[in-house]
Parts: sequence; structure tokens; C-alpha cells
Amino acid sequence: MFSVLFLISINKQQNSVGRKKIDFCFIFFSVVTGSWGYIKFERPHQCAIKLVCFPASQIQTVTLIPGDGIGPEISNAVMKIFEAAKAPIRWEERNVTAIRGPGGKWMIPPDAKESMDKNKIGLKGPLKTPIAAGHPSMNLLLRKTFDLYANVRPCVSIEGYQTPYTDVNLVTIRENTEGEYSGIEHVIVDGVVQSIKLITEQASKRIAEYAFEYARNNQRASVTAVHKANIMRMSDGLFLRKCREAAEKYKDVKFTEMYLDTVCLNMVQDPTQFDVLVMPNLYGDILSDLCAGLIGGLGVTPSGNIGANGVAIFESVHGTAPDIAGKDLANPTALLLSAVMMLRHMGLHGHAKKIETACFDTIRDRKVLTKDLGGNSKCSEFTEAICQRMKDMD
Amino acid sequence: MTTRSVRALSGALKPLFSPRSPQGYVVAVCHQTHKSTYTAPPARYGGRHTVTLIPGDGIGPELAKHVCELFRFCCVPVDFEVVNVDSTETSEDDINNAIMAIRRNGVALKGNIETNHNLPPSYKSRNSLLRTTLDLYASVMHCQSLPGVRTQHRNIDIITIRENTEGEYSSLEHENVPGVVESLKIITRTKSLRIADYAFRTAREKGRRRVTAVHKANIMKLGDGLFLECCKEVASGYPEITFDSMIVDNTTMQLVSRPQQFDVMVMPNLYGNVVSNVCAGLVGGPGLVPGANYGENYAVFETGTRNTGKSIANRNTANPTAMLLASCLLLDHLKLHGYASMIRKAILSTITDSRLHTADLGGKGSTSEMVQSIMDAIQSTGPRTQRH
Repeated sequence: MFSVLFLISINKQQNSVGRKKIDFCFIFFSVVTGSWGYIKFERPHQCAIKLVCFPASQIQTVTLIPGDGIGPEISNAVMKIFEAAKAPIRWEERNVTAIRGPGGKWMIPPDAKESMDKNKIGLKGPLKTPIAAGHPSMNLLLRKTFDLYANVRPCVSIEGYQTPYTDVNLVTIRENTEGEYSGIEHVIVDGVVQSIKLITEQASKRIAEYAFEYARNNQRASVTAVHKANIMRMSDGLFLRKCREAAEKYKDVKFTEMYLDTVCLNMVQDPTQFDVLVMPNLYGDILSDLCAGLIGGLGVTPSGNIGANGVAIFESVHGTAPDIAGKDLANPTALLLSAVMMLRHMGLHGHAKKIETACFDTIRDRKVLTKDLGGNSKCSEFTEAICQRMKDMD
Repeated sequence: MTTRSVRALSGALKPLFSPRSPQGYVVAVCHQTHKSTYTAPPARYGGRHTVTLIPGDGIGPELAKHVCELFRFCCVPVDFEVVNVDSTETSEDDINNAIMAIRRNGVALKGNIETNHNLPPSYKSRNSLLRTTLDLYASVMHCQSLPGVRTQHRNIDIITIRENTEGEYSSLEHENVPGVVESLKIITRTKSLRIADYAFRTAREKGRRRVTAVHKANIMKLGDGLFLECCKEVASGYPEITFDSMIVDNTTMQLVSRPQQFDVMVMPNLYGNVVSNVCAGLVGGPGLVPGANYGENYAVFETGTRNTGKSIANRNTANPTAMLLASCLLLDHLKLHGYASMIRKAILSTITDSRLHTADLGGKGSTSEMVQSIMDAIQSTGPRTQRH
């Protein structure tokens, strides 16, 4: 490709062990493909070149995992809506069922892993975890495979779906790999069980920095660290320290700390006082579901999981609802809003806004709603209404 | 006041505050591993009880003063032994003195003692130390929607019973290598059985129909699994009470959408913290709900959500309701039901008047105004003016 290269900056500095580090940053523009980006050369480092490319209106491939139960029908609904919105997305459908790999370890099918590694972005429907299947839950497997360390759940009140709480607009960012869910438990003596909560510096640092990065990229004013350091001094203390250190690097974002019980108390009285919340695993689990309850439940809550190496999987967090599977009664809102979150993550803000507006307007209108939202329309009718709204917008 | 008139008074006023009257007393059939009822310490000199009072930090001292003032006004036969605990001191002498005082008197009323979480782990939370040393194993909070308080949900009546001494609050932490910290959560069979038994007994005594165990046994299979197993075991001894269980994240979601479905909830320490705070928030906030910590031999009463209220200290804006209702629980515990009902009735009538609401309820009233109004209410309907 024919491209023009401009040298932007040379950055010389000394790192913590006194070695000299030189960074060069070039910006390039390709005439043929219309894409532009920047290349950063960092020496001496192992990964010497960092290339970031912004394709101009190029079709991007996303791995789609329809899931079980109502998964396939809501995935179809989302695909239809994206088509009507003319979003530059190509879907690559993959199935995830646990298979035994070499060495007896449970893993996801290799073609699914390959697809995700290539595309980096995924959209996932609900997966069922069969009891006593011998393998861990699929969600856990995915988390471990792609090191999905951050679970992000933006909770915004939906106009048209009334709950006792209005004007909720907060984001919960939960550390997803360690904490109380380390799974390390043992019976010490008969009748005495010990569960271990693991907090590491590396994971805490990673999640804290992600939280501030998210706040900055999404124009959020403040980040609140939720903890119980008065009781769990060392573990939550470490988490808090890392949050404070990250706050130093992001002076433009306000940082506060609050005890978990105070957050719970204030959340149910006045959720508007919160903006971005960052916390370890268990508190995150409880609080993110609490916030989902404030806006109307898991059927309307989007969720995204951010992993290492740029992987991001967006998902609906509700169950597979086997009782209504295949009956065209499911509500695709959760998966749709997760897909919108995905578009924003990919930088396609225009399409994201269009789809989100169409979805919210349809719900606000209250004419075509699925059963769980208080109406009696079918999933396909709801989808059609959103598609029609988008066509009218053009 | 004669004994007969006290009994008549308490009998008359009891239905006002207990919405569910017991169905009738059923002899407990389940296996008793400890004393089933705690008898209050006998009155000391001249029929007067001595109660330890720990003012604590933040709004604690001013609220403690109001309690003393109110008790003096109502001629309640209770003397307070005040023990101050300085939270800035690193030595544990203060808290040990307080513990000794509580051992001496058997009951206490306390404000929250602040914990500076930036101090090293050798400085343990004073409140936690008190609870574990005195083995106050059950933390009980009764969250009821109060008339006159505007909230998003109405008709809430939930009793939360939280295991108070083990679980995540064991304070057993260590740093294996720099940057990797382990914190131990301990669940034992004896304590889980004990708290489950307490929950079912309380449910039976108060005529409640349903007990819900809150857990996360799908993830913490051994720990919370043991807790759940113990609850199920105890439930089998109380066939008239329905027992079910719910995962903690689903519980919080249900609490904010439909809290009326819950009756009595029993849970380990940390979930208890979360759920009781959510319930308190649902009925109107930290200023309204009293809490009680019961052990085999001791009982300590405080505000339900255990807040220090540092930001509103000494401004005369704190809501005294929680502390005053806690003092009523104290009086009930000492079997001074007459005084308890009298004060409680006066508090409820004051709360109904929105002009007196303090800042946490959205009003502009002051603490002293509220307490004065309560005293006026007692004066006008109290035993001094009532014909026997």
C-alpha cells in the first residue's frame, strides 16, 4: 500500500533500572485503503514495534457465539438489526462446548479459540452450565482462556421501562480473575472450612488502570474504589493502594474510596451519586447485580469482558431461559445493548448511537414490547420495530 | 408505677409495634446445643440496672448524650457506666477495658468506633474485636417501613440475621510473597449451626413464616456449601417454617425490585453486611434502623448500619431514631417493656411528622428538636398523666 509516513515524536527517557529508552512515533496514512494509524518503535524492548491501525469504513469480523436456549434467536435478532443499521460488521459464528484437550484439560474448541484470537472482538449469548457435567462452567473456561480480567457493566436507566429508580447512570468495573472466586478451598478438620481470597498486586494494578482508562475514554468524571479495608486490611489494602497509584497517573479523573456497606446503603437511596465503580471480584459480583436490578434486571443489562492482548467479549448476562426457547418470546435488548457497547469499543460510535437510539425509542414508545418488558409482542416483532425505526432515521 | 400497671401498659402497647402476633407457643423440638433463652442480669441496687455505654466516634457521643437525657426524663431505672474508647490509640487497653465493663454488666449500648484503614494490619478493628471477644454471634436487624418516611418501596418487613464472628471477618491475612496476599474466610459447622438455630428460633418466637439463607455456594462450594447444609439441617427441626435459599447476587437484585417477598434472612458475615445495608437503605437509611448483637452471655445494642457519621458529627443534624430505637431494644432485653413501648411509640409518632425530619430524610430538622418532640410526646401520653 502506498503510504505517507510522518515522524511525530522522539521520546528519550530513563527507565527504573537506569537503562536508556528511546521511543519514536510515526503517523502514516494510506492513500489506497484510506486507513491511517500510528507506529511506535520502542527500544530496547522485547516488542519493538507497536502498530495501531484505524481502518476507514472497513468491514470488521466479529466472532459470534449464539449460545444455548434463547441464545440463537436473540443473536439472529441482533444480526438483523445490525444489517438494517448497515454496520460494517461481518459475523463469524462459532460454537463453544467444552472438549477434553491433550493432557485431559478441559478447553474450548480450537476453531473458536482461533477465531477469537484473530478477530479479538466477540459477542456471546447465554451459555448453559450443565450440572455434574464434570467440566467447569463455560463462562469460567472462556475467562481463563482469554484472561478476561475486567467485567464492565454500564447501568443506565431505560426510559419506558419504569423502575422505582430513575436517572441511574453508572458503570461497575469488576476484577474478574481472582479475589474471593479463586476457587481455593479446603476442609481443615471436619467441620472447619477455609476459603482463600487472593489479591495480587499485578491484577489489582491492571484493573485499576483499566478503570481509569475507561473513565477517561468515556468522559466519566469520577472513579470510586469499593473496598472493606477496615476489616480486610492487607488484601483490600493492597487493592486500594494500587487504585491510589493509578489515580496519580490520571489526575483528570476524580478518585474516591468508599466502604462496600456504605456504597450499598447509598446505592439504594440515591444511585445518581455514583459514576464509575471499581472493585474486586465478589463485591463486583454483588454490586453489578444490584445495579442491574436498579435499572430493570438482567434482561436489559449489557456487559463486556475485557481481556489481555486486546481481546474483548461482550455478552448478555441473563440465563438461557429454556422454558421460552424457540418460541419467539425472548427479549434481545440485553444482547443488543452489549453489541452496542461492542461497537463503541471498536470506535464505531455513529452506528452505536443509531442502534441504541432506535432501541430506546422503541421501548419508550411502549407499542411493541416483549412480555418481560410489559408488552405481549414477539421477539421478531420487536426486532422489526427497531429495524423500521432505523430505516426511518435514514 | 406498680408491677400490674406496667404489665397492663406493656400489654396494651405491644400490638402497636409487633405487627405479627405469635400463633401460639410451640415447644421447641429441635436439638438444643446451648442455652435457649438468655436471662437478663438481675437488677442491682434498688431495682436499677447498670449498662455499659461506649459513645464511640463521630455522631456517637452526641447520640449517647441524648439517650441519657431521654432515659433520665422518663425515669428509666438504668444507670450508664460510660467507657470511652480512643480510636487513635494503638494500644488495645481502651477496648479491653470496655470489654471488661460489658462482662461485668452483661449489656451495652455503643456507638461505632472508627477504624483507620491506613494503619497496618496489627491494628485490628475495635468493633470487630469487641464482637469476637464477647462472642456476639448474632447480629440482628429488623428493617420495617416506617410511616411518614418516603421511600421507593413500601411494606417492607425484613429481619436480617447475620453471623457476626467468623466468615470473611476472621482477620487472618498474610502476604506469601510481596504482591500476593491471601485472606482466609473461615466457615465452621458449630457456628453455622448456631446461627441457623438462632434464626429459626427467632422466626418462631416472632411468628414468622419463612427463613431465607443467603449464600454463594455455586462458587464457594465448600465454605458456603457447609453453611447451607447446616441451615437445611436446622430447618428440618422447624417444620412450620418454610426454608429456602438464594444466591447473594440474585438476592440483592430481588431486594431492589421486590423486597416484600423476604421475611427472615440468615447469612454469613460479609453477605450479611451487604444485605443488611441494602435493607436499611430501602426503609429509609442509616438513621432509622437499630441493630442488636446477641451472644450467649452478653448483648450489645447499636445503630444497625454501624456508621460513624464523621462528616455530620457535632452539627446537631444526625438522626437520633436509630440510636433511640436501639435503646428501646436494650430496655426490652432488660425486660423493661413498659418503658420500651412508651419510648418507641413516641419515636414513631415523631417520625410521622415530616417537619421534624433530619437531613438524611430530606428535611431540615435538628437532632435536639427531634428528641424534644419525643419527650413532649411521652409527657402528653406517658404514665405521669395516664390514669391507672
